[in-house]
Amino acid sequence: MKRKPFLAAATALVLAGTLAACSSGDDDTSSSDGGSGGGGSDASSCTNTIPKTDLPAVTLWAWYPNMELVVDNFNEQNDEVQVCWTNVGQGGDEYEKFQTAIAAGTGAPDVIMIEADRIPTFQIQEALVDISDYGYEDVRDNYSEGAWKDVSVGDAVYGVPVDGGPMGMIYRKDIFDQYGITPPTTWAEYEQAAQTVRDAGGPLFGDLGANVPAVMMALQIQKGADPFSYDTADPENIGIELNDQASKDVLDYWGGLVEKGLVGTQDQFTPEYISGVINGDYATYISAAWAPGYLTGAGVGEGADSGQFAVAPLPQWDPANPVQVNWGGSAFSVTSQATDPELAAKVAFGIYADEASLTDGWTNQVIFPLNLNALEDPAFADLAVEFFGGQQANKEVYVPAANAYGGFTYSPLQQYYYDAMTEQLAAVNQGSIAGSEAADALHDDVVGYAEEQGFTVQ
Amino acid sequence: MTLQITETPPPYIEKKTRRGARKVPLREQLIGWIFVGPFGLVFLAFLVAPLAYALYLSLFRKAMIGGTSFVFLGNYAKAFTDPSFLDGAWFVVRFSLVLIPVQMLISLAMALILDMVTSSFARFSRLMIFLPYAIPAVIGALMWGFLYSKNFGPLGDIFGLFGASAPDFLSNDLVFYGLLNIVTWQWAGYYMIILYAALQGIDPTLYEAARIDGASSWQIVLRIKVPLITPALVLILVFALIGTLQFFNEPQILRDLAAGTIGPDFTPNMYAYQQAFGLANFNYGSAISFALGGVVFVCVYIFLFATRKRGSFLS
Repeated sequence: MKRKPFLAAATALVLAGTLAACSSGDDDTSSSDGGSGGGGSDASSCTNTIPKTDLPAVTLWAWYPNMELVVDNFNEQNDEVQVCWTNVGQGGDEYEKFQTAIAAGTGAPDVIMIEADRIPTFQIQEALVDISDYGYEDVRDNYSEGAWKDVSVGDAVYGVPVDGGPMGMIYRKDIFDQYGITPPTTWAEYEQAAQTVRDAGGPLFGDLGANVPAVMMALQIQKGADPFSYDTADPENIGIELNDQASKDVLDYWGGLVEKGLVGTQDQFTPEYISGVINGDYATYISAAWAPGYLTGAGVGEGADSGQFAVAPLPQWDPANPVQVNWGGSAFSVTSQATDPELAAKVAFGIYADEASLTDGWTNQVIFPLNLNALEDPAFADLAVEFFGGQQANKEVYVPAANAYGGFTYSPLQQYYYDAMTEQLAAVNQGSIAGSEAADALHDDVVGYAEEQGFTVQ
Repeated sequence: MTLQITETPPPYIEKKTRRGARKVPLREQLIGWIFVGPFGLVFLAFLVAPLAYALYLSLFRKAMIGGTSFVFLGNYAKAFTDPSFLDGAWFVVRFSLVLIPVQMLISLAMALILDMVTSSFARFSRLMIFLPYAIPAVIGALMWGFLYSKNFGPLGDIFGLFGASAPDFLSNDLVFYGLLNIVTWQWAGYYMIILYAALQGIDPTLYEAARIDGASSWQIVLRIKVPLITPALVLILVFALIGTLQFFNEPQILRDLAAGTIGPDFTPNMYAYQQAFGLANFNYGSAISFALGGVVFVCVYIFLFATRKRGSFLS
């Protein structure tokens, strides 16, 4: 047994244990908040220590890796309100708890970190507050139009953007050098390079994890798919188009790579996958700008494989008309259970918006900031990213990708859609159906669900 | 361990107590209620009330558009035609059919061996066999998830010795056996203790008498020990049946490692959880839970009915 994968496994085990502890520990948070309708004045349930105890406190759920520092920065600088922060789990874990609190009508925090793709899901349940009257105009110029579009539904604004996920192709320099290939710029070249490496007996070229449906959605959108059209001005109608030619082409392309044995089918974010990345089992990782922070946290890029990684722009279908896409990225929203929405909005606007927190975020590659003060800072563009062996990844890949990103329309069906897509991707990975068949099955499944939920599907 | 489950009290006892109840003075009745009271309150508040509320919820349907409407048994009709629910239920039934015999054979064999051997090593073994039960199911599932890993689990090394590649117990084909192993590991020790306790309760003079009659050790096991602990075997069978039909913890934990293999509708309990907390469909989630409760009830009832007949055959 090699020592490094074992260490990574041990770290992941500890992490998983911590997460399990978090998910069982959050119960007391929600119950202690229960009586006051989510207004968190109970300092004992906070993960952080509140320095100015005489000020009113606002409860916050968030999972950014450097959140502790961010909260401390905010509390120190603020003389009006203090933040009581809890990490109730990442992504789905947090949404499940929020969902329960919405149904119960109590137990939600005042402010919550949500990925942009989930905002419509909670907005349709009236769980979020429109913050356009609570100081939106004051900070409007700090973010691009596109950033605001992702967190808005119609004219209403439901979140304060923090980070985005412009996508790129992370790759292993040592593997590319060994097999004499250069970073592919188109998907056709990507397949060719994968074949070259395989023919020479090399490792897998990439991975199609069934558990990352958001990546497949982004890649389909890159080809020209337009999965959902939805507008709260007309909430009963929804447009669903999951089996158009572009979607089918992309699924067939990846299904083909799997069938030819060019890419792996391992679920991502698992210890198994991470140890594979450390071992050099994958030549590329199609991922977002926040990936280096995640990978470093999981032990990638240290020791023997430090400095082995580099990043190139996402391969294109049509190099003449490149399209940039996004994976992940999140915002702070004020919940409709907030005891004092105005105070909560102050926190949502202020937290993770100060220079010290943002700088810490992007120097450690934990986030890709959407705050223009950080994004336009020359130091940000010029940053020599340690994970990429000193490559100026922001300038070369991520900033252009973010600038060219056009925005998505997310739907209130996002969770169901992702679950159904996971099921179809698993079937494609097992070779039981072709990609285009998966697209048809997915389309029928999601349309059926939408109709059951009372939407008129167009 | 007395056989409360399989034996009904003779009718005359029932009659007597009923007649007697009328004669109990009011004061004594009150004292009785006071003793039962605390349990009754807890029972009402934490079992009956949530059940009633879930039943109430299960009669409604809430859509994203159009709000809540009363559908009476509509959710149940939907559940029993929903492939996700039916496939999940079929999986746990198949799983029980394989798991329960395996689990019982292993725990019975271990209990019989430990019953025969009386050394300090036996005491140590008993503790070790019981130990997995003391480990929370969540931790156990996480641990097995790592042990199954091809990259850094021991399987890769073991199979590597023979030049083979390790099987992936979290793949679609093998996940059944992977889970079978985890659950057996977790529970066999606990069942072993129940059976062991029952074996200890057998009067040793029976063995002596059998030996005088010329019975071999095997005959003592098959003709005396096993028949006399049948009540305990029935008990653990019912435990296992109820537990397995409600299968949740292990697959839910392993889902983080193999989302492609273990979907959110892998077992009915997971499906109910996903409907309620993932998709905000608490009504349908409640209906699935009740439907599952119905399936469990029917299975256990059929089983008890069947073993009652066999119990009389054995005696």
